[in-house]
Amino acid sequence: MMFIRYAIYRFITMLLTLWVVSILIFVIINLPPGDYLSNQIAELRATGQAEGVAKAEFLRTEYALDRPIWEQYLIWVGMAPGPQGWYGMIQGNFGWSFEFDRPVSEVVGDALWLTVLVNLAAVLFVYMVALPLGVIAAAKSETWVDYTAAFVGYLGLATPNFLLALMLFYYGNKYFDLPIGGLMAPEFEGAPMSWEKVKSILVHLIVPTFVIGTSGAAAMMQRLRANMLDELSKPYVETARAKGLGPSKLLAKYPLRMAFNPFVADIGNLLPAMVSGSVLVSVVLGLQTIGPSLLTALKSQDQFLAGFVLMFVALLTLIGTMISDLLLVLLDPRIRYGARGG
Amino acid sequence: MVAPLLEVRDLSIGFGSAPAVVRDVSFEVMPGETLALVGESGSGKTITCRAVLQILPATAKIHSGAITFSSAGTSCELLSQSRRQMRQIRGNRISMIFQEPMRSLSPLHRLGDQVSEVLRLHRDMPKSQAKKLVLETFERVGFPEPARVWKSYPFEMSGGMRQRAMIAMAMVAKPELLIADEPTTALDVTTQAQVLGLIKDLQKETGMAVILVTHDLGVVANMAEQVVVMNKGRVVERGPAPAVLGAPAHGYTKKLFAAAPMIPEVAAPARAEGRNDLILDLRDVSKTYTMRAGGWSKPVTITACHEVNLSLERGKTLAVVGESGSGKTTCARIALGAELPDDGGEVLFRHDPDAEVVKIHDMSLRERVCFQRQAQMVFQDPYSSLSPRMRIGQTLTEPMEIHGLGTKAERREKAAEMLRWVGLDPSMLARYPHAFSGGQRQRLSIARALTLDPVLLVCDEPTSALDVSVQEQILCLLENIRDRMGLSYLFISHDLAVVARIADEVAVMRQGVVVEQAPPDTLFYNPRHPYTRALIAAQPEPDVNRPIDLKLVAIGAGKPSTWPEAFRFEGVAAPALTEVEPGHKVRCHG
Repeated sequence: MMFIRYAIYRFITMLLTLWVVSILIFVIINLPPGDYLSNQIAELRATGQAEGVAKAEFLRTEYALDRPIWEQYLIWVGMAPGPQGWYGMIQGNFGWSFEFDRPVSEVVGDALWLTVLVNLAAVLFVYMVALPLGVIAAAKSETWVDYTAAFVGYLGLATPNFLLALMLFYYGNKYFDLPIGGLMAPEFEGAPMSWEKVKSILVHLIVPTFVIGTSGAAAMMQRLRANMLDELSKPYVETARAKGLGPSKLLAKYPLRMAFNPFVADIGNLLPAMVSGSVLVSVVLGLQTIGPSLLTALKSQDQFLAGFVLMFVALLTLIGTMISDLLLVLLDPRIRYGARGG
Repeated sequence: MVAPLLEVRDLSIGFGSAPAVVRDVSFEVMPGETLALVGESGSGKTITCRAVLQILPATAKIHSGAITFSSAGTSCELLSQSRRQMRQIRGNRISMIFQEPMRSLSPLHRLGDQVSEVLRLHRDMPKSQAKKLVLETFERVGFPEPARVWKSYPFEMSGGMRQRAMIAMAMVAKPELLIADEPTTALDVTTQAQVLGLIKDLQKETGMAVILVTHDLGVVANMAEQVVVMNKGRVVERGPAPAVLGAPAHGYTKKLFAAAPMIPEVAAPARAEGRNDLILDLRDVSKTYTMRAGGWSKPVTITACHEVNLSLERGKTLAVVGESGSGKTTCARIALGAELPDDGGEVLFRHDPDAEVVKIHDMSLRERVCFQRQAQMVFQDPYSSLSPRMRIGQTLTEPMEIHGLGTKAERREKAAEMLRWVGLDPSMLARYPHAFSGGQRQRLSIARALTLDPVLLVCDEPTSALDVSVQEQILCLLENIRDRMGLSYLFISHDLAVVARIADEVAVMRQGVVVEQAPPDTLFYNPRHPYTRALIAAQPEPDVNRPIDLKLVAIGAGKPSTWPEAFRFEGVAAPALTEVEPGHKVRCHG
């Protein structure tokens, strides 16, 4: 009961945060002078193409870019009627991409789900690698196991992602016949979901997951190792030893549980770091995620597209944080009871 | 002739290649007997115990020696057992209780799980039977509702209750030997008395032997048949408790004795004189905290102290005594202006007999800066109250810099002078705190507090983190300085015996209210309040003929709602403080 109440509370605060974030995003996007259309109009005027100007002027009024910024914001979010009536994000309309001359939702399209997929795979990879390695490194601290793990980890941290990507593509293709670039074979693009398509996506995911996840995994492994080492010197570990508990069981039951908290709390931080970190990787690897669109949109001040992509990343982050908060409440009785006020 | 249950022969342990920290230690424990291992921190007593269970830190190495454990006609050499065999012994035949019940239990696992784990490891019994046995043990160690404890987490319980849970964990497999490493050092004195009583009872019941590691000779006198005194890794004296405590032969044991704080036996005191020149006056000070919980939960109100009236005469020491959670530290913080009292309370301060009285919580900025010079604090933990990254010289001159006093050379001269005052050498100014022992650090803290020439010193448990012999020195120093510099002390402590020697007036606090207040002689000669009596009775004395009177402790140590009728109250609805004789106030009805 308590948990459900907390979950609802947490969900509402998440929505409020998202609202604040939307204001920030809108302000930041509008900080540089001018907008996509005014830039375009200036360019058209300079080259003397009058009919183009008329169309751009029309779009400006159509998308309310000529109104004061706070009105633009309200219209964008859908909290005030615009030229086409109540038609903002709340109503499910994400605006028009001037750069691609299509609705934002069409531009982004599949890329949304592929982004989620790539990053989820990377997060899973991070946890699956960091957890065992971190624990082993701590348990065998200051032995060759620890040093090897640290060496590999720092190598992962220090290698630039795109370089790693290129190397993996080359050798992956040479020895394991892995595909190069993209997130699926070209023939499946735009095709309906099928078993073959899923298989193609999975094979294409291997290298990107590895590339995006390595540095995160290395960092998390070191953090887990440090946490574990702190916990290992705590008196309750000694109590467990004095009980006659065997070494591996002891490790798993007591210090690991304690060291787990920051591990779980990281879910929220991991997602945005990966989404933004994977922009470059996506460009290099030719992944159809929203990363490349964000890059173009920001460069050309395509404000609705950029705004939407940023909102999406923010939403991912907030959901990640909410999940980790809820997990922490389930995992740690101290937090659970703290929330109850006792 | 019965064979000893545990025999330690010529044990030497060291860390790495450094000289051994435990040297040629030998002792034996007979079945059913209690052996006390006495010594100050660094004497090697804890390491010796861990060696028995083979749970030494990874860097410690046993250089030589033998530890033989014999029971039921078979004996085995613990040092040559395999790891698997050792695990069979730990928690099963030899179990251990640790010093800090707060940290020795996992906060993430329910107590039932942690205690029954011992049975899962060592006894092949069905779950239901294990649970039944654990519940019985919980009941045996004094939990009124075993089923609730089974489901509780450690952080839901007080220190004493956690230590009971630890004891339950150590006892549940009915070991032949219990090693208790300072089991009551972190506990309040009344709780200590009850926990010691419990260990004694359990021992009587099960016939197990106990190795009790302690620094407190009072605890030894109450518990042990045999005593081994350790100093710097060596056994300096051993023998039956009455002999060692009655006529200590070794110089070190004598020193420990001399340093042990005791509640003095006093004759009827002289009449208290009138008080007029107050330096500090707390009037009707109450403090309630509102705990804001996360989410939509209702805030909880906690009363830290309630209508406290305390006055400190110039040049005297007012001691506030109470257990953890009694509100004594809150009072000190309010007296220093670090916290605001609730409406209606005020604190008056007069730094000089001829000066104007100022209200501490209603000062102008200038007055406040002045007050911060005149009132200083000495903290409990000398290990964390000095910045490890500042040289002593810096630490000592910083307060003067902040207040813009003197030139650089003058400040340095003052710092050097203060070091001499506290018995340290001015050449130490260039060192860092880590180069000093606990007692030296506390001297440094005192020197730091003195650099601004304060008139009022608030000492918050200044000796609780120190060994007894060092505690004695610090108390002497504080007394000396008070008399030489004409300081006034507000002295916070949980230990009546410490307070006995330094205080001119003692206020005993319990659950936020002062229950009894009198000069120490009056208080010890004629304690009226059951709680004061419990505190005095619970103080262990290093005399085997004067054991703790657990009945007296039990009457007064409980909640105020369980006190005898004349003193009983619920919540904050306490009766008024009544002056039963001049200068002696007791909180009672009628």
